[in-house]
Amino acid sequence: MALDTVNGAASTPPRPSGGGRRARHAAARHGGSILRVIATLAFTFLGLLAVTFFIGRVVPIDPVLAAVGDRVNAATYERVRIELGLNLPLWEQFFRYIWAALQGEFGESVLTSNPVLDDIRRVFPATLELATVATVIGVVLGVPAGVVAATRRGTWIDHAIRLLGLAGYSVPVFWLGLMGLLVFYARLDWLPGPGRIDLFFEGLVTPVTGIILIDSALAGEWDVFWNAALHLVLPASILGYFSLAYISRMTRSFMLEQLQQEYVITARIKGLTERAVVWRHALGNARVPLVTVIALSYGTLLEGSVLTEIVFSWPGLGFYITNSLLNADMNAVLGGTIVVGAVFIGLNLLSDILYRLLDPRAR
Amino acid sequence: MHVRILPVAGAIGLSVMLAVAPVKAATPSNMVVMAWQIDELISLDPAEIYEFAPAELAANFYDRVVYYDIASPNEMKGGAAESWTISDDGKTFTFKIRDGVKFHSGNPLTAEDVAWSMQRVVKLDKGPAFILTGFGLSKDNVEQKVRATDARTVVFETDKAYAPTFVLNCLGSWVSSVLDKKTVMANEKNGDLGGAWLKTHEAGSGPFTLNLLKANEMVMLDAFEGYWRGAPKIKRVALRHVPESAPQRLMLEKGDADVARDLGPDDLDVLAKNPDIKIRKIPQGMIYYLGLNQKNPNLAKPEVIEALKWLIDYKGIEKNILRETKIPHQTFLPSGFFGALDDTPYTLDVEKAKALLAKAGLPNGFKVTMDVRNTYPTADIAQIIQATWAKAGIQLEIIPGDNKQTLTKYRARQHDIYIGRWAPDYLDPHSNAQGFAWNPDNADDSSNKLLAWRNAWDIPQYTGMTEAALAEKDPAKRKAIYEDMQRQFLKVSPFVIMFQDVAVLAERKNLQGFEHGPNFDVIYYRNMTK
Repeated sequence: MALDTVNGAASTPPRPSGGGRRARHAAARHGGSILRVIATLAFTFLGLLAVTFFIGRVVPIDPVLAAVGDRVNAATYERVRIELGLNLPLWEQFFRYIWAALQGEFGESVLTSNPVLDDIRRVFPATLELATVATVIGVVLGVPAGVVAATRRGTWIDHAIRLLGLAGYSVPVFWLGLMGLLVFYARLDWLPGPGRIDLFFEGLVTPVTGIILIDSALAGEWDVFWNAALHLVLPASILGYFSLAYISRMTRSFMLEQLQQEYVITARIKGLTERAVVWRHALGNARVPLVTVIALSYGTLLEGSVLTEIVFSWPGLGFYITNSLLNADMNAVLGGTIVVGAVFIGLNLLSDILYRLLDPRAR
Repeated sequence: MHVRILPVAGAIGLSVMLAVAPVKAATPSNMVVMAWQIDELISLDPAEIYEFAPAELAANFYDRVVYYDIASPNEMKGGAAESWTISDDGKTFTFKIRDGVKFHSGNPLTAEDVAWSMQRVVKLDKGPAFILTGFGLSKDNVEQKVRATDARTVVFETDKAYAPTFVLNCLGSWVSSVLDKKTVMANEKNGDLGGAWLKTHEAGSGPFTLNLLKANEMVMLDAFEGYWRGAPKIKRVALRHVPESAPQRLMLEKGDADVARDLGPDDLDVLAKNPDIKIRKIPQGMIYYLGLNQKNPNLAKPEVIEALKWLIDYKGIEKNILRETKIPHQTFLPSGFFGALDDTPYTLDVEKAKALLAKAGLPNGFKVTMDVRNTYPTADIAQIIQATWAKAGIQLEIIPGDNKQTLTKYRARQHDIYIGRWAPDYLDPHSNAQGFAWNPDNADDSSNKLLAWRNAWDIPQYTGMTEAALAEKDPAKRKAIYEDMQRQFLKVSPFVIMFQDVAVLAERKNLQGFEHGPNFDVIYYRNMTK
């Protein structure tokens, strides 16, 4: 995410860290005390809410101005301040907020005038679609690349793969995005321009999931499906490339670690083919930490990638939260944070489950 | 929402490849697509609108009582009202409402809709209400003061005699948009007069209807076939939210957009060479200025105020940063407005400024801070000013922040210097005179927090002149008062006015009739053809 923050603004909300991991060991030891896991998660979540809420309240931005513009008279200003509940003590505002949040009530976004939940329902699927495709690209290409680099350590191919990974760490994403648009959209005409879908397909498919690929497939609108898929190619490839860079680097180092283990030598002495040694045994053991790496990388993409979204006019979560933050639209920021927090906690749980499936010692 | 490095890097990358994309108009001939940065669709309700994009949309959804015609900028034309009379004491305006106008719902437009719509703005008392409450209207009296006397007559009474041009200019803004009372009230919730529903819907009689609204993504308008002036030729207008200049340019070159509205100087340079694209520049009301807080003892010295006006590299800023997106301007009425004075006496003159500072007892300069909105072009202008002032010994510390943050501080009068922009609310000189030259109560708890107050500039004589100009019936005399004020302001006001905005539209050659007026709320799609 460091590649993709705006002006140092915290476009990445604080992450609930460690809860899932600690909980996992506890669960593994005690044969799964689910309650403790849930308590840890709830506590993490509350902490996340509190931090975001108080940051939002102490930033020197006046949310009333955001709502009424900058030329109102004092009476109107005061009335709106009271309407927004800003005259109450901070602790009371916080409890009111938590209480409302527990009932699934996040209030309205000042900027869009929609209920925050509706906004998130609109923007999150766009990000989910993009992040999922990008992660698939990152995994499908990144893992084999990392394995190959590790087995051919020091050869030209290793250097090439490492260079590719390094570039993915250092090339600015928006520059790559603009170049991609320039080449594939403007010059070659292979791909469509910014946005999720061409204007002519707008409104043909009723959103069910909000993920255009799924919705159009469900409705049997294959024209829309292909159009949306083509719109995805460029932003997903660019994000996929960054994900690939990270995943291939991590895979390489996990594999190098495994290939020096004694069991690898044993396997070779037993006469197994090199392919089986590398892909079945070594990668098999590296997949446990890899799952965590992939989950984290996916989680980061699910926060929305602000710059990518701006270049491609992609109406996603990253742009939504950042824009809300810059406009003191606290309801939207808090709602967005909860979604991101929930995503991370969910991914944490998911990697725990996968971990147990993949690691016989954890069963 | 702006990423500083983006346009720069994008421009470098793109200007490397100057080739023009293949020509192909991809949008159909009865549809217009605009690539535009529309972050701010806070509300489409005319009683609440306070942002550029919604005000422009409202100009196309609604008819107003009177109508600003771009072809004749000096007088308001009839909109929903076909004619009007003004009483001898200048306090009562009687409007004859046009017959045969239909709302998008099919309901006929009546005098009751007109009166109710304006009453509603005052009753809801949101952002733009001040345009009407300035006439002495309040929740308690508005039903008596603005009323339908029969099916085709609306009476509008003011508390005192104002310049008739001023009253009509205010009624030409979006606060007089005529709403379909029946439709709005059918969508009322808990006595909000339809406010919640109107944030994302329209109930107008204008040339376009709202087809689709997706915040941060797009707005789609459809032609209203029953429009009383005749149905628009273009059947659909799509406004696409494209936040960055470079993608906007690519879409325009490809023909996926017919108009691009937020292009940076580099992209404009490239497009200027493209035979398929035309570029138009329309001066806008927005002016860029420095506000010097008079609570700061150094900034309150007349010599320092004048010295700072000689210490701006106007030409350098224009050449290196603004290019064709702004024009030099130094008075508080924007060029093109009634009464505007286009004098630009100040240039960069470090020696003159040093002499003035010495006279003020500050021969070695002083330390001062400036609150700067952290976006192009304000941040870039501030950096150049910082370098220029250093030549006269003034150490300027720049405090960056985002727009809402700097504005919050400014409205609390806690700044030294604020670099800001100001756009008039309606097409009348009073909007800016009130902003820059009117401060009836300089106390910290004043209820009017406009620019003179924000900079703690206590000016009974100019406040009086502003009010005299507001009441002046004779347009020639009214104009003379404004010109006189601007001449004095050039020297004495704690406002260093530097530039005026220009709307730069890049359009495909085949698009005609996109009417862009001098203010954000008079932009019309009705006469567009392709």
